[in-house]
Amino acid sequence: MNEKNCKSLLGSLSDYVDGTAQEEFCQELERHLTDCEDCRIVVDTLKKTVYLYHSNSDTALPISVRERLFKRLDLDDYLKTT
Amino acid sequence: MVANDTSQEISLEALQAGDRAEFARLVDAYSTQIYRLALKMLGVEQDAEDVLQNTFLKAMQSIKKFEGRSSLSTWLYRIAVNEALMMLRRQKPTLSVAMDYEDDEDELQHPTQFTDWCCLPEDELLSAESKGHLDEAIRQLPEKLQVVFLLRDIEGLSIRETSEALDLTETAVKTRLLRARLNLREQLSVYYGERMKEEQAK
Repeated sequence: MNEKNCKSLLGSLSDYVDGTAQEEFCQELERHLTDCEDCRIVVDTLKKTVYLYHSNSDTALPISVRERLFKRLDLDDYLKTT
Repeated sequence: MVANDTSQEISLEALQAGDRAEFARLVDAYSTQIYRLALKMLGVEQDAEDVLQNTFLKAMQSIKKFEGRSSLSTWLYRIAVNEALMMLRRQKPTLSVAMDYEDDEDELQHPTQFTDWCCLPEDELLSAESKGHLDEAIRQLPEKLQVVFLLRDIEGLSIRETSEALDLTETAVKTRLLRARLNLREQLSVYYGERMKEEQAK
């Protein structure tokens, strides 16, 4: 990770993880990853980090919170409408 | 509980005319997202609920002034982020200054953790304890990185929507997003690295 090459690749990693990086960059990065173990780990764990957060974003709104919200907004009469 | 019908698109015209039924539909369409955002930022359910209520009260008061230059959801996120930041500043008035962050401060912080924890089993990566740690790591981010990460990677806004909600250029959003992700990767590598050592010690 100390080589100049590694540092220059870092700036576009978000695009790579999101699948929006330029084709040319992807090829260059993938070529580099085959012989740089540190970078391979950084890329793999960065992808996994984003994946884990995507999988952990399923908070539900508690019913009681919804009820108090409607009351605070004076919308109680719409609490049960369809 | 029967939620208000959100299958039809919300009418801005009706909202601005003071249609309460339409506002109720707006609340049901977006309250879960707003609550989740506030909870991730503040970490305390009661605080998240306050932010949720204040966000929709503000929205109700200012809907007539909304010009529709962004989508309704982006506009609501913008109000919610400001409400949550105000609450954070009230709670920790000194911390927000100390944690301030400038885009041009220096170049990207380079990775220091090279543990490959990808192979940990999914139920370990997403155990209740791990999930608590994932949330805690977000709250350790500098504020400016945190809001970008939450809108983009948790709420799933596009780069453009995130830039509209936060009044940032798209370039600034991309830079902050990368920094946030790299920062979280470092934190998770330390945490999961420990888990791997425990596994190996068994």
